[in-house]
Amino acid sequence: MTDTNGVEGLDRDRLVWMWTQMVRVREFEERVKRTFEEHPGVIRGHTHLADGAEASIVGSLATLRPGDQLMTTYRCHGYPLVLGTSPKAMMAEIYGKAAGLCGGYGGSMHLTDVSRGFLGTSGIVGQGIPQATGAAYAAQIRRQGQVVLCFFGDGATKQGAFHESLNIASLWKLPIVYVLENNNYNVVTRVEQEDANAAAGEPLAVKARAHSMPGVTVDGGDPLAVYGEVGAAVARARDGGGPTLVESKVYRLSAHGNSIAPPGVPLHFPEHEAITTFGATEEYEAAKRGDPVPRFRAKLVTDTTLSPAEADRITEAARTEMQEAVEFGLESELPKPEDAVKYVYA
Amino acid sequence: MTTETLTLAKALGAGLRKAMEDDPKVLIMGEDVGKLGGVFRVTDGLQKDFGESRVIDTPLAESGIVGTAVGLALRGYRPVCEIQFDGFVFPAVDQIISQLAKMHMRSLGAIQLPVVVRIPCGGGIGAVEHHSESPEVHFAHAAGLRVVACSNPADAYTMIQQSIRSADPVIFFEPKRRYWDKAPVEMDLAAAPPLHQAVVARPGDDVTVLAYGPMVKTCLEAAAADDERSLEVIDLRSINPLDIETIMASVRKTGRCVVAHEAPVFGGFGAELAARITERCFYHLEAPVLRVGGFSTPYPPSRVEEQYLPNLDRILDAVDRTFGW
Repeated sequence: MTDTNGVEGLDRDRLVWMWTQMVRVREFEERVKRTFEEHPGVIRGHTHLADGAEASIVGSLATLRPGDQLMTTYRCHGYPLVLGTSPKAMMAEIYGKAAGLCGGYGGSMHLTDVSRGFLGTSGIVGQGIPQATGAAYAAQIRRQGQVVLCFFGDGATKQGAFHESLNIASLWKLPIVYVLENNNYNVVTRVEQEDANAAAGEPLAVKARAHSMPGVTVDGGDPLAVYGEVGAAVARARDGGGPTLVESKVYRLSAHGNSIAPPGVPLHFPEHEAITTFGATEEYEAAKRGDPVPRFRAKLVTDTTLSPAEADRITEAARTEMQEAVEFGLESELPKPEDAVKYVYA
Repeated sequence: MTTETLTLAKALGAGLRKAMEDDPKVLIMGEDVGKLGGVFRVTDGLQKDFGESRVIDTPLAESGIVGTAVGLALRGYRPVCEIQFDGFVFPAVDQIISQLAKMHMRSLGAIQLPVVVRIPCGGGIGAVEHHSESPEVHFAHAAGLRVVACSNPADAYTMIQQSIRSADPVIFFEPKRRYWDKAPVEMDLAAAPPLHQAVVARPGDDVTVLAYGPMVKTCLEAAAADDERSLEVIDLRSINPLDIETIMASVRKTGRCVVAHEAPVFGGFGAELAARITERCFYHLEAPVLRVGGFSTPYPPSRVEEQYLPNLDRILDAVDRTFGW
């Protein structure tokens, strides 16, 4: 089916669903961030937010069918939310509570919801890539037409695990799409400082050439563009055509993560590294002006897919939903320390 | 009950074959494991009989091999990875220690990873460093892994099957200089002791000698050569979990204990054993627990490895010294 937007497979309801998911991800991340100010001490440890990557996440996940799977980085809050995982269970997990998605034992960086195909994450950059590749091998030998999406950042492409995995996947024609979310920064190091392709002015997608697979670069701020490229790669993977590397260019709108401090010192989200480290205020302001959430709203409102009133209702509903998630997380109990020894072995 | 006489390598192959027959989810993956049957021929013939999708010749990429196995286990398979030589496991250490060992707990049990990583270990075949190492203590230290070492063909056959059936990841050490040793193998798995149980390989009264993997045979030879003292040799078989009960029962009887392994003594698994035994058997000990092992050097070149590897004389010297207090 082709709708007025010209994107195959996306009718009006699906487009509204996509924007709704983007708003939910944004609102969830805003509530995680605000927790540091509104409820100091509730989050102990690291959180990494997906604000700015909503279009990339939703555009990618909109291509999946039930039964498909994904693995991601530790910047992982957005994906399960789109797949239908309860934001209450997610917020409780980020707060380290027993009612959390993983009983408080996974935390912000290790959300896992196997029942929805979200196989997990790695807290170590790049190390989930071979695991997703293994899941794709499982999909190939199960012969049920399943596809795996593997998300990682620009930094991960310098890890050996990335290259080992892409070689394996290309060699064995595995049904996997590698989605390289290039947000330009490894914590505070810019990609041109640490990536030979970027330093040479080439897109990171050229890394696909070394592994004889297609490589494309897409505007990760446009969910329809992402849907188009990832969708084509998913279709090829499902048909036995092997893997693709899709470089999705995103701009994370928050700092890499919250501050790190000894117990008792309140944690917070600092300003973005573009400003604090590089003094590139205009770069950051431009990214804010290109924010994918209002950008997609404007598109849908302009082409009358969505009325402003409906858009406001969706935003309000997301706020209510995430407020409830915060309250649920706050009210939940901490895990029992003795549980720690119960789950070392199966 | 049927018994066959097999080499340790053949017994492992027979155990792998049985596991693949019993469970279609069991896969084998590694460098040269398929067409060649592995550099030690442990997987000989398996690809021919079970096909290329179940016995997989992988690229030379240990992180890729173990990481891919994690993904397969996430999807319900039971992969058995062969690491070609002990020293080659280090590129896969992130996948083993940071991923495989931890995912069950971090998912509060939602994820089980029944992955077996087979590692030929130890020296004695003239293969120098990277091909002669004993890295067991690195993995014993990582909670969430089960770490075992077989010492003889009968155990090789049963322990590999028990490891594959385990719901947890198992690091499976194979004593490479014993691959060619032959012995009768009981083919009925039900007759085998549990995977994590130590066994008394040779009963004795005067000194307990603890060993695992390749050193068990050396310790048994030492016990046979000692005309004066009666040595009780215990084959630990499992390093983690540790069967401390069997060890304690022996040490409380003998009052003396020597631990032997190929890995360097400093920071080696013998240190953990000595500490545990001291804590649990202090009033029964007539002497400190003594350790015999490799030296704190990188594994040496082949022309001097006989001087590096603990031998019968070094074990018996330690036994002598336990009578010096």
